[in-house]
Amino acid sequence: MEIKTKHLEYVYQKNSPFEKRALYNINITIPENSYTAIIGHTGSGKSTLLQHFNGLLQPTSGEIQIGDLVIGSEKKKKGLKSIRKKVGIVFQFPEHQLFEETVEKDICFGPMNFGLSEEEAKIRAKKALKQVGLNEEFLQKSPFDLSGGQMRRIAIAGVLAMKPEVLVLDEPTAGLDPRGRTEIMDMFYSLYKQHGISIVLVTHSMEDASKYADHIIVMHKGTVYKYGTPREIFDSPEELIKLGLDVPESIRFQLKLEEKIGAQIGKQPSISINELTDNILSYLKRGDIQ
Amino acid sequence: MMEKMIFGRYIPVESVIHRMDPRAKLIIVFLFIFVVFLANNPMTYGLLGVFTFIALLLSNIKISFIIKGLRFLFWLILFTFLLHIFFTKEGELLVSWGFIKIYEGGLIQGIYISLRFFFLILFTSLLTLTTTPIEITDGLESLLNPLKKLKFPVHELALMLSIALRFIPTLMDETEKIMKAQQARGVDFSEGSLTTRAKAIIPLLIPLFINAFKRADELATAMEARGYRGGEGRTKYRLLKWDLRDTLALLILIALSVTLILLRN
Repeated sequence: MEIKTKHLEYVYQKNSPFEKRALYNINITIPENSYTAIIGHTGSGKSTLLQHFNGLLQPTSGEIQIGDLVIGSEKKKKGLKSIRKKVGIVFQFPEHQLFEETVEKDICFGPMNFGLSEEEAKIRAKKALKQVGLNEEFLQKSPFDLSGGQMRRIAIAGVLAMKPEVLVLDEPTAGLDPRGRTEIMDMFYSLYKQHGISIVLVTHSMEDASKYADHIIVMHKGTVYKYGTPREIFDSPEELIKLGLDVPESIRFQLKLEEKIGAQIGKQPSISINELTDNILSYLKRGDIQ
Repeated sequence: MMEKMIFGRYIPVESVIHRMDPRAKLIIVFLFIFVVFLANNPMTYGLLGVFTFIALLLSNIKISFIIKGLRFLFWLILFTFLLHIFFTKEGELLVSWGFIKIYEGGLIQGIYISLRFFFLILFTSLLTLTTTPIEITDGLESLLNPLKKLKFPVHELALMLSIALRFIPTLMDETEKIMKAQQARGVDFSEGSLTTRAKAIIPLLIPLFINAFKRADELATAMEARGYRGGEGRTKYRLLKWDLRDTLALLILIALSVTLILLRN
C-alpha cells in the first residue's frame, strides 16, 4: 500500500492563542514494500507527520492518500478504522498502552477490535510473541510483572498481531539495551524483506537509518528538507551537521581520519562499517600511508 | 478535543488582570460566588453581566476563545435551565402540552439560575486563565496561613494542590497519547452504542492510572533526593506583592455589591 501526501499542512490548536504550525508543504511518497526512515531534530514534526499515516490526525490543509482513501481537511472522515488495520503504528514507549490482565489478552486486543474471533486472535498472539523473540510462557503472565524491555516487545507484538501492511515505528528502540535494540531492528527488517511490509521508521539513530532504510526523509522545522537514498542523504555530511543532526559513526570516523592524515580515504562517505573498512583497505593498498 | 478545553488552563498574555496579586484575585472570586446571589431582577443581572464582561475584556483574552473553550459546560447550564423550567410551578401557566407544563415562575427562575451559573463559570475561569497554578497555590497558602496556628496543614494542602494542578496538563497529554495508541489498535472512542463507548474507556483509564501511580512514586523520590522536608523554614522564590490595583479591584467589587443590594427587590 502506498502513502502519498500533497501539500500537507498541520496546525496545532488552530484559531487559538496556542496556534502552532507543525507541518507545512509536505509532499512525499512512501511506496509499497519500502523501508523509509524519517530523521530530524526534536520538534521538526516527525511524530506529527506519522500520525497522519493512519488518520489519527487530519491535515489542516492539503491531503494525504493512504491506499485508496484520500483524507483532506474536511470534517471527520469515515472509514478510518479500515485504514488503521492496514497501517499499524508503534508509538514511542508503547509499553504505556498495555492494560490487560495477561499478555495474551493484550496482544489479542488489536486483532479483535478489527473483527477477528478470539481463536484466530490467539493464534496470531502466539505468532507475534514469537516474532518479538519471547516464548509462549509469557502468554499467561501479567504484562505489568515484566521488565521494561519485555513490555516493549509485548506492545510491539500487539501491533504486529494486527498484520498491518504498513508498519510505522516511532523510535521503537529508545531506552532499550544494545542487544535488544539490534534484535528488534533486525526483526523489523525481516518483516520488510520476507513479508513485504512497508516500514516507516522515525529514529535518531543515523546508523539505523543508513543500515536499514532504502529511503530517508530529512525533516527540518516542519517540512521536508531532503529526500533520497541513504547514499544521497549522507553524501554531504556537512549539510546534516549544519542542521544539528548526526551522521553515521562510520562517516564521522572517516571525516576525522581524513582530517588527521590530510588526504581523502574514499571517493565518498562510508555509510556502513563495511564500506569504511573497504575504503581504508583500498587506501592502504595504494601504499601512501606511513 | 483535549486541546480545545480551556477549563483550568493558564493563558500567558499581558494584562492588568494577569498582573494582579493572586491573593486579590482569589478573594474576589471567592466573594463573587456570594455576590452572584445578590442579583434577583433584570437590572441587577444586567449589572452583573456588565461587570463580568468588563473583567473579561480587561484580561486581554479573546472572548470568543473563552466561550468556545467552555462549550461543554453549557450543557450543564442547559440541563439546569430545563430542570427549572419543568419543575418550578409558580406564577402563571404559560404552556400546557400534555404532561409538560411550563409556568412563568419556572421560566424566569430557569433564566436567572442559568445566568448565575454562566457568570460564575466565566468569572472563575478568568482566575485560572490569568493566574499560573503556582501563583494560585502561593496565594492560597498565604491566605490560609493564619490557620497554621490551629495546626491546619496549610503547606501540605498547598503542595498537594500545586502538584495536582501541575499534573493536569501532563495527564491530558498522556490521555491523548494513550488514546491515540489505542485508536491505532482499533478502538473507536466516538462511535458505537453507549456501552461500547464506556467499554472503550477501560484501555484508556488503566494505563493512565498505572502511569500516574508510577509518576507519583518517582516524584516523591525526586523530591526527597532534592532535600524536601516539608514547609518548615522554607523560603519562597516568588514573593507576592499587594499593589494599589489590588485594593482598587476589591473596592470595585464592594461597590458592586452595595449597588446590587440597593437595586435588588
